[in-house]
Amino acid sequence: MAMPYSPFRLRDRLSMLGYVLSGNRLHQIAFGLFVLLILAALFAPLLVPHDPLATHPQDALTPPSATYWFGTDQLGRDVFSRVLVATRLDMLIAFGAVGLSCVAGSLIGVVLGYFGGLVDTVTSRFVDVLMAFPLFVLAMAMVAALGNSVMNVIYATAIINLPFYIRLARAEVSVRRHLGYVEAARVGGSGHARILLVFLLPNILSPLVVQASVNLGWAVLNAAGLSFLGMGVRPPTPEWGILVAEGARFITSGQWWVFLFPSLALMLAVLCFNLLGDALRDSLDPRSRT
Amino acid sequence: MSRIVWRILSTVPTLAGVLIATFLITRVLPGDPAVFFASNPAMSPEDIERVRAALGLDKSLIDQFWIYLGALRHGDLGLSISTGQPVATEMLTRLPASAELTVFAFLLAIAVSIPLGVAAALKPDSWVDQLCRIIATMGVSVPTFVTGLLLIYLFYYILGVAPEPTGRLDPFMFKPPTVTGFLLIDGPLAGDWATTWAAFKQILLPGLTMAIFALAPLARMTRASMLNVLSSEFIRTARANGLSRRKIVMTYAFRNAMLPVVTSLGMTFSYMLGANVLVEKVFAWPGIGAYAMNSLISLDYAPLQAFMLIMAGIFLAVNLVTDLLAGLVDPRAGLN
Repeated sequence: MAMPYSPFRLRDRLSMLGYVLSGNRLHQIAFGLFVLLILAALFAPLLVPHDPLATHPQDALTPPSATYWFGTDQLGRDVFSRVLVATRLDMLIAFGAVGLSCVAGSLIGVVLGYFGGLVDTVTSRFVDVLMAFPLFVLAMAMVAALGNSVMNVIYATAIINLPFYIRLARAEVSVRRHLGYVEAARVGGSGHARILLVFLLPNILSPLVVQASVNLGWAVLNAAGLSFLGMGVRPPTPEWGILVAEGARFITSGQWWVFLFPSLALMLAVLCFNLLGDALRDSLDPRSRT
Repeated sequence: MSRIVWRILSTVPTLAGVLIATFLITRVLPGDPAVFFASNPAMSPEDIERVRAALGLDKSLIDQFWIYLGALRHGDLGLSISTGQPVATEMLTRLPASAELTVFAFLLAIAVSIPLGVAAALKPDSWVDQLCRIIATMGVSVPTFVTGLLLIYLFYYILGVAPEPTGRLDPFMFKPPTVTGFLLIDGPLAGDWATTWAAFKQILLPGLTMAIFALAPLARMTRASMLNVLSSEFIRTARANGLSRRKIVMTYAFRNAMLPVVTSLGMTFSYMLGANVLVEKVFAWPGIGAYAMNSLISLDYAPLQAFMLIMAGIFLAVNLVTDLLAGLVDPRAGLN
């Protein structure tokens, strides 16, 4: 007997995922990449062939070989190990920043859209000011102001992404707050908190999740850009942006492997998140399909 | 008319917020400028106090803000601690480099993306459409600094056709007399074609890097907007009435599809302002972003403050112009 589909049952959810993925080869690849990224983030330190921080001065700047798959850098450190180990830090920054801004931004936005009034006006002005700066420049200034650390890169990236969630959640809630089911809940005696958390938030979750998956790519780009400029993550910690910056010095002398492999890792990660965002949009939010 | 005035006035609160934000952000930055000035060991605590008073750091935060505003009114952006020069003059000498690069890349991106987007929309699922899709996906996935480095490796190191990526002009060449500060305009004005060509070769790779970055959103937007308009009823009517394809596409569809594109032009320009810093770093481009970054490393914050202010100012101006343009393109839209 076939049971009706329920989004709360794991098997149904998995089969739904399989259905969404089966339609599009690119989305399958993206999902595969995503799994690889997570695995690398979790297990990289166990998998790498060399210690990412160990220097081998006699092997400095050797091209890719059987011993050093991606070659070595100026200190003879194994580029492959460094790129792989960096996955964890980059994923930590991306997921941390997006998680923070998604939770904080949607809560703020939901409250603003629901209650409106003076707080809404003032906060919207504040968001306007935030959006009046080129966001990357704002992130730079914030890391400079808060201090040069990984945590501050996460905070800065979270803050520059906040406006998107606030605006999205606010808009979604303000069109729904007078709909029948909300009125019904109110008549039924639900308080504001219950209406917001039980009736409104679950209904606007899909666009928020889509936004979050798109933002993951931005967050990786943003963090890598900051560390490329020497902000946030400090050498010798392996991180993709720093690895690219270190490799950039050897481009004009032809040692391409030092910058190319971390660049590729960066590109693949961002590409993967962007494609996943598209896939999620197609399945969760069919109206905005392009 | 009154709506235009109202739109212009509506930037005032944001501008005020920007001023407060830039002021505050440099106040919380670590490091005391007075101590930096007084890093000479011969200086006593009294000397440090005197420097502090001279810099106005002993006053309350609100007084400092008024002093900051008063100085801004005279175009005074403070002194750079590391060079001792007024930040305003340093910024002015570097602004043309950044502006030339950004405008060059912006025009390049528009010139490629809009025809590409239109062509992709006219023939869905053709090779042009596939190309457009690939560019749109790659453009948002490849970090600007990686694009720049790849271009350098390919065109400078392997092919050897591009000049060394070090700034706007070969150090052995003389700059043409400054009129606009844009080498690509000043060169021809002075009749100095050799310098113009050299400057063009220098700007090509960084310009291309930024253009590739800006291409993606523009092409994607043009394609989506054009597809949307092409499927609308007035196009069907025009087609049914037997108008030529050229007239339908160029006169009716294209003009109506431009509104969202104009809006996204403004957004893209602001993203480019942010990406500028990275591209300037990769190509050793002597612009304001690189200047602000270099000052930041030596804990010199006045340039960063000025940079943020200039960026936000340009951004607000661009948004204003975008909204006014959108109102021009489609009188129903915008301005509300």
